[in-house]
Amino acid sequence: MDPARSEVRLAVQEAVHTLSSSEDGGHIFSTLGTLKRYLGDTESPAHPKEKEEFATVHFSAVLRCLAGVLSPSWLELLPDGRLEELWASFFLEGPADQAFLVLMESIEGTAGPSFRLMRTAQLLASFLRTGRMAALMEAQCRQQAPPGFPLLRETLLGRVVGLPDRLGNRLQRENLAEFLPQNYFPLLGKEAVRVLQAVVDSLRGGLDCSVSFVSQVLGKVCVHGRQQEMLGVLVPGLTALTEGSCLWQRVCWRLVEQVPDRAAEAVLTGLVEAAPGPEVLSRLLGNLVVKNKKAQFVMTRKLLFLQYRLTTPALQSLLGYLAMDSQRRPLLVQVLKELLDTWGSSSAVRHTPLPQQRYVSKAALICLALLGDAELRDSRDELLASMMAGVQCRLDSSLPTVRRLGMVVAELVSARLHPEGPPLRFQCEEDELSLEMRALATPRPAGDGVLEAGPSLAAAPAETPAETPAEAPAEAVDSGVPQARLEGSDSELDSDDEFVPYDMSGDTELKSGKAPLYVRDCVEALTTSEDGERWEAALRALEGLICKSPEATREVSVELAKVLLHLEERTCVAGFEGLRQRALVAVTVTDPARVAEYLTSQFYALNYSLRQRMDILDVLTLAAQELSRPGRLSRAPQHGRPSPGTCGSLPLAASQPGSTAAPNWRVAVEERIRSKTRRFSKVTPDQGWAVCPCCTICSLLCCRPLVTFDLLGDDQLVLGRLTHTLGAMMYLAVNTTVAMPMGKALLEFVWALRFHGDTYVRRGLLSAVSSVLLSVPARRLLEDLPDELLEARSWLADVAEKDPDEDCRVLAVKALLLLERLKDKLLPPSP
Amino acid sequence: MAAHLSPPPDPQFVLRGTQSPVHALHFCRGAQAQGCPLLFSGSQDGLVHIWSLQTRRAVAALDGHGGQCVTWLQTLPQGHQLLSQGRDLKLCLWDLAEGRNTVVDSVRLESVGFCKSAILAGGQPRWTLAVPGKASDEVQILEMPSKTSVCTLKPEADAKPGMPMCLGLWQADSSPRPLLLAGYEDGSVALWDISERKMCSHVSCHEEPVMGLDFDPEKARGVSGSAGKALAVWSLDGRQALQVHGTHELTNAGVAEVAIRPDRRVLATAGWDHRVRVFHWRTMRPLAVLASHSAAVQCVAFAATGGLLAAGSKDQRISVWSLYPP
Repeated sequence: MDPARSEVRLAVQEAVHTLSSSEDGGHIFSTLGTLKRYLGDTESPAHPKEKEEFATVHFSAVLRCLAGVLSPSWLELLPDGRLEELWASFFLEGPADQAFLVLMESIEGTAGPSFRLMRTAQLLASFLRTGRMAALMEAQCRQQAPPGFPLLRETLLGRVVGLPDRLGNRLQRENLAEFLPQNYFPLLGKEAVRVLQAVVDSLRGGLDCSVSFVSQVLGKVCVHGRQQEMLGVLVPGLTALTEGSCLWQRVCWRLVEQVPDRAAEAVLTGLVEAAPGPEVLSRLLGNLVVKNKKAQFVMTRKLLFLQYRLTTPALQSLLGYLAMDSQRRPLLVQVLKELLDTWGSSSAVRHTPLPQQRYVSKAALICLALLGDAELRDSRDELLASMMAGVQCRLDSSLPTVRRLGMVVAELVSARLHPEGPPLRFQCEEDELSLEMRALATPRPAGDGVLEAGPSLAAAPAETPAETPAEAPAEAVDSGVPQARLEGSDSELDSDDEFVPYDMSGDTELKSGKAPLYVRDCVEALTTSEDGERWEAALRALEGLICKSPEATREVSVELAKVLLHLEERTCVAGFEGLRQRALVAVTVTDPARVAEYLTSQFYALNYSLRQRMDILDVLTLAAQELSRPGRLSRAPQHGRPSPGTCGSLPLAASQPGSTAAPNWRVAVEERIRSKTRRFSKVTPDQGWAVCPCCTICSLLCCRPLVTFDLLGDDQLVLGRLTHTLGAMMYLAVNTTVAMPMGKALLEFVWALRFHGDTYVRRGLLSAVSSVLLSVPARRLLEDLPDELLEARSWLADVAEKDPDEDCRVLAVKALLLLERLKDKLLPPSP
Repeated sequence: MAAHLSPPPDPQFVLRGTQSPVHALHFCRGAQAQGCPLLFSGSQDGLVHIWSLQTRRAVAALDGHGGQCVTWLQTLPQGHQLLSQGRDLKLCLWDLAEGRNTVVDSVRLESVGFCKSAILAGGQPRWTLAVPGKASDEVQILEMPSKTSVCTLKPEADAKPGMPMCLGLWQADSSPRPLLLAGYEDGSVALWDISERKMCSHVSCHEEPVMGLDFDPEKARGVSGSAGKALAVWSLDGRQALQVHGTHELTNAGVAEVAIRPDRRVLATAGWDHRVRVFHWRTMRPLAVLASHSAAVQCVAFAATGGLLAAGSKDQRISVWSLYPP
């Protein structure tokens, strides 16, 4: 037996014995002083061999014993806290891993709040404060070939990463600020930078080191979802340090490579989000994406296709990273192809939510901006083909936002792929989306990212072009001068002219000379007149005339509706659609029974255009809305602004007593009367007529073979509009007697179409269900439609959970809430 | 930009009850109007209505033109006197003091044209009146109240500007010589120096007959409207020569009258297209299009103070507006 070892063992045994039994402060102090020799740093340090023996074999036991004896009375054995100081120094100066493990063990082993718990926790806090965590990790890094204790290492890792959780659990409300995750993980990040610094230093000194423990810590922290806290400190530090230092860059690459596979995703996502630009990302990751399969999967597939959480700048740095090296560039081409493939796949368009489609579009545009012309030329046809397919199925969509996205992306992609060909242009105005996309599609000037990272750089890099800072102020001056001049001229104008003009858009050419004075004349003018001006004047005058003389209108109502429905814009008339629609609505409101019946019958008739069918639906909705408005008899013509043809009739009518145009005060008075009066029903006699046809439509649609046009196939836009219209009508039919049969028919209709593939149609169906729930009295619903309600409920729950479209989910949840409310209404109030 | 514009304003109130198209409007000027602001209107059936702007009711109706259209109204600065011109070839001077409504004097006109007269009256008892003359292209200048003919202004034989359509008398502060602006049937505007009886300047502004003009002596700038589609702005240089400054295209043809607000900031036109247009006078920037009438607007007038604007129309109403109060 080695004498040194036995000597140490004896000393330790004695000391442990003294500690646990003695009450003599001086004795304890001197015993501890003896032990302290083995830690070094005293006047008479022990033999190195003894020190090593003590550190590897006995230190933990001593520490455990020390932690065990702690109590207020023990500390008071010697005055002035000398004993406590000495006690703490063992934990703060000895091998950090053992000290840390013993501290954690002692804290977790203590039951309930106590003096010892608090002291130990405070000791742990000062352990963290004095940078012992770096020492701990550094020691792990220096150990050549982990000394056969993977289990110990695993434990250590678990404690280091899980410290906030464990202490939070143990200390509850007594927790110290240092242990809160928002403070602890940044500290860990800072310590990791220090460890890496030490590793780099020792590598410079020719010593071998491994960063795998830091990698494991990093990986575990990220898996625990604390990327932001830790990488928020680590990445800026590494950004500055890797600048211009190959050794540092290699250490970083190694650090990321050593991250265990199961943590790779979390770490990479965190790094992509935290890195300020592609240059930095490239310095941190190196060619990891080429070497590591897992990393490649995460970076080129998962973050782009399976998720859509990255912000646009993060997306730019990810793709910019792929573009920065010749080894990674083939990956970027591959990614672009796949992105456009996804973009062009019709099933993706149907089944992915809009934000994801937008994300894929953005990624594709960024790729296009990053790739060079030569790289694009090779696969141009393929890319164009997928792009065109995507445009095709987006333009077919009934959702305007999807269509719009298709147009914007198609314009930009085709402009990039085919710069020499004729530009593809859609008629759409610029908006936020298109501006954003356009900005993404324009290639970024080189050196952009260097400037971004500039302020955080410790040392000015030699490669930064010297003219960049000089250029920036020059640009500022350039753009500043004309602006100032503009402002100057503006303010001059303003001070000059304090009168603000009114809206003068109503100042149109006057054509009222030929306006017909009777509804019949209008009909005649619209059908036979060859004179464009008279035709237009008739159209403009029509709504006012219909409102002024309902009797005369009723005589020709169906004829008039027919004329209006088939009316085509002969000459360019401003606001033609609106005029025609208002006139149609007016005639429907004046004679609901016949006109609504005519219109609904025409909805299925042959030889109508899509536009006309949509018009029919719109007119029916608007008319129902008009009819359901209480007190509608005193209704004035609905002008956006007085149009020249009808403005003549308006003041005239207002001057006659008992005229149809009610002045504002009368409306106000009626409103007040209505609010003070309880009515049993606010149904006007005509109202039922307008909504009845809705039932007809429902039932017709449910049972009638659709031969006239392909409502269930290509004409899904009309179907979507129809479902929305039916929902609106149902809602407007509240308090009418027809509400009940209508609701029944509508629920059947919804049931037949509930799995329709088009989002717009589904939205319509869901809103129709909601209107049924709102309009049909709760009691009747439950008595007459219990089965339908049950079926609808399970369907709604399904949609609310699984539908790819967010609006559909929201609508379904709303309908479910209505159902719940229905239940509350019917159940007797709980005692 | 268009989103920030407020919708066109509504009239402050509308006066009804003339029961006949309104052809002339005039706000009562001078000290006597302070307590109770009045508006005079002349209608096609020969009546002159006096409206109280407080009660918004007609106070009285003066019948002095035998059922013939009243085309022009003007009050005199001294005393409660009103001048009215009618298509019965009579120009009546009414005494309105203390509730009297009687014709105290009348001038026989010799022209059946549409030309409105003009006066130049300071504080003195004597004032100058310009009326269309006997021959179709003449303007006659009378000294009132003596009714002595001062002169007749007749264009030179080869000029042939046609009938005078509208007149404007004014006298520069610095000069004792009264000047007359006349708009003619051929679309030209002429400046006459009355004391020398000669035409100082003559400028062709419009394609169609000039229907109304107004002049701003301070800026030496005037504006005229015609039966055509344009407003013309012209100015007078130091040598009393007229120069066309610019024309302003309107959407619809026909301006019955133009009026510059007394504070010279705003200009209003009465349009045959049923609309009153308001412009910024200095820049001629369009400010508003007032579309509350349902037939041609035949006259506009501004109140001396307070910024009220009145417009009379063929639809038998008078709309009163308060825009851009001074």
